[in-house]
Amino acid sequence: MGDHHHGPAKGLSRWLFTTNHKDIGTMYLWFSFAMFILGGTFAMIIRAELFQPGMQLVEPGFFNQMTTLHGLVMVFGAIMPSFVGLANWLIPMMIGAPDMALPRMNNWSFWILPPGFLMLASTLFMEGGAPAFGWTFYAPLSTTYAAPSVTFFIFSIHVLGVSSIMGSINIIATIMNMRAPGMTYMKMPLFVWTWFITAFLLVAVMPVLAGAVTMMLMDIHFGTSFFSAAGGGDPVLFQHIFWFFGHPEVYIIILPAFGVVSQVIPAFSRKPLFGYASMVYATAAIAILSFVVWAHHMYTVGMPVAGELFFMYATMLIAVPTGVKVFNWVSTMWRGALSFETPMLFSIGFLVLFTIGGFTGLMLSIAPADFQYHDTYFVVAHFHYVMVAGAVFSMTSAVYFWLPKWTGRMYNETMGKVHFWISFVGFNVTFFPQHFVGLAGMPRRVPDYALQFADFNMMSSIGAFVYGASQILFLYNVIATIVAGERVSDEQVWDGAEGLEWTLPTPPPYHTFEVPPQIEASPAHG
Amino acid sequence: MLRLNRNPGADTAIKLAVVACAMFAFVFVVMVPLYDVLCDALGINGKTSNTAYTAVPAAVDTSREVKIQFIATNNDGMPWGFRPQVTQLTVHPGAATDTIFYAENPTNLPMIAQAIPSVTPSRAAGYFHKTECFCFNQQPLDGMASTEMPLQFVVDQDLPKDIRTITLSYTLFDVTTMAGGTGTIAAR
Repeated sequence: MGDHHHGPAKGLSRWLFTTNHKDIGTMYLWFSFAMFILGGTFAMIIRAELFQPGMQLVEPGFFNQMTTLHGLVMVFGAIMPSFVGLANWLIPMMIGAPDMALPRMNNWSFWILPPGFLMLASTLFMEGGAPAFGWTFYAPLSTTYAAPSVTFFIFSIHVLGVSSIMGSINIIATIMNMRAPGMTYMKMPLFVWTWFITAFLLVAVMPVLAGAVTMMLMDIHFGTSFFSAAGGGDPVLFQHIFWFFGHPEVYIIILPAFGVVSQVIPAFSRKPLFGYASMVYATAAIAILSFVVWAHHMYTVGMPVAGELFFMYATMLIAVPTGVKVFNWVSTMWRGALSFETPMLFSIGFLVLFTIGGFTGLMLSIAPADFQYHDTYFVVAHFHYVMVAGAVFSMTSAVYFWLPKWTGRMYNETMGKVHFWISFVGFNVTFFPQHFVGLAGMPRRVPDYALQFADFNMMSSIGAFVYGASQILFLYNVIATIVAGERVSDEQVWDGAEGLEWTLPTPPPYHTFEVPPQIEASPAHG
Repeated sequence: MLRLNRNPGADTAIKLAVVACAMFAFVFVVMVPLYDVLCDALGINGKTSNTAYTAVPAAVDTSREVKIQFIATNNDGMPWGFRPQVTQLTVHPGAATDTIFYAENPTNLPMIAQAIPSVTPSRAAGYFHKTECFCFNQQPLDGMASTEMPLQFVVDQDLPKDIRTITLSYTLFDVTTMAGGTGTIAAR
């Protein structure tokens, strides 16, 4: 390693063989955006079919493939890799490390993702069609009654799981071993903390998901009966294993989003984050509780009353640390010198809408009430408030916040604000009415519905088209910034931004912090 | 300079990889058996005991009546005729009661069947004792033959007061190939 100060290699091999955390972060971000567009296209097909009652555009079987792939692509292809990309770009720069701890593994964990998704997407063109059993792939729908393409689905989940586990191991190894001298754990920026905890969740539960799909594979091809009652197995076992993975998974998605918002809100409030330590403990508490609440997704399977009560109270308990976080973000803004640039708008949008999603989650946690809400559009509305307005809004906020730092060019602020308002209105027009149709009894995953739901569904569809179109504006703004944005030379970029990444030149050189920075004795989190 | 030594991150990575592998194994060797153990221990899923209950002498509680319903179902691809003699009985807790299920093999080949019971509500599973049941053993039957299969049961006196109806459902499985017999595929 004699040539320390080389720049990036030229051409395609730069991207193929790169071990640079910034390059890999960039690839993750672009890949996840491509998946966001793909999953969004599936969503547009769903909303177009639901624009009116009756069957208009697609066959019911294809509709089911769309709901399944939309969920899988958005969760595993768009949201999760986008936050891994953010982690790659930011964690080394935030803790004063020259790169990730295991750069070659970093390259692998990215490059196995595209083939994994290619395999998943290819099922669309197979005999019998793509998986059509919902993103939760409950057995026996996904075993006895699945299309032959389910085997490709299983391997694709294996690949994505391996990628996630390698990515998380890398993040933990980086944070534990590569912090600059003086960067103690309780001085780390909150984004680093939330990812640190998220990575542990991933290492713990992605193997559980791998186990679940492996059991499916064995049931389908090797004559075992894990989930087949005929051979002494139990389909309900599948649900327990799936949600033992699935509930921590939703915090895997939302915790890094919490981290982003905890960086953005202090910057535009020009105040340090309120209650830093309590934010760290709240994040850890949420992560630990996430392991003991999984069965609240399956209240209706016929659990004993004691079980229902346990999972109900444990779930409600999560509202406490989550409430601490919301309180801290609001308190950070309290009496701050607020300004409302696009990243701040998206973060405030996150704060308001995520809180709504949190409250509907609290409603769903009530076991007796859930018997009514279960598998209705109310659930769909709830998890889109936390996944889209939570994770995606926060991710969008992050892109606007750090893009000027990454590229050295400023995005178009007016276009950014327009993007926010169209997104905000479009999102609410899409998903708010779904609460009502859900409460009135419209089931999820149906291509057709009763006439009384027609008006709200048409509203939902119009909102979805608006929200979808606003992402094109986002894409345009990002590309225009990279190609021809106004140059930024200020290291700080945002006058209120705090943290090591803002002490680097703008844009940061290919290799940063080859000499560890000096950390001041005073608390430097923000 | 640092790079010349072993990457400190590698040690962390190996430990975490071990954790990931352990979690994968955890699903198979802990979660699956634990689920079965918990279901058996708590009587969840309406799983009843697989062995005969030794009747303990106890007074018949004539002041109380419990309705017992019988359901017989064939699993996918099972061609047998399978039905209870009566679909409903009213019994007193503590009293031993006999009933019969009919089975008929309409194929030309000898087959072996196994009935799997399930009790609803699942809370009642621990209070529904079978002293004799065709479900304790595999049931062989020659082609074109039929048989009567006996069931004797006692409802426990401690059955919770709010349970007035118990449904006993049997699903009949074709286990000819598993039991080492012949001819299942032709029979289908």
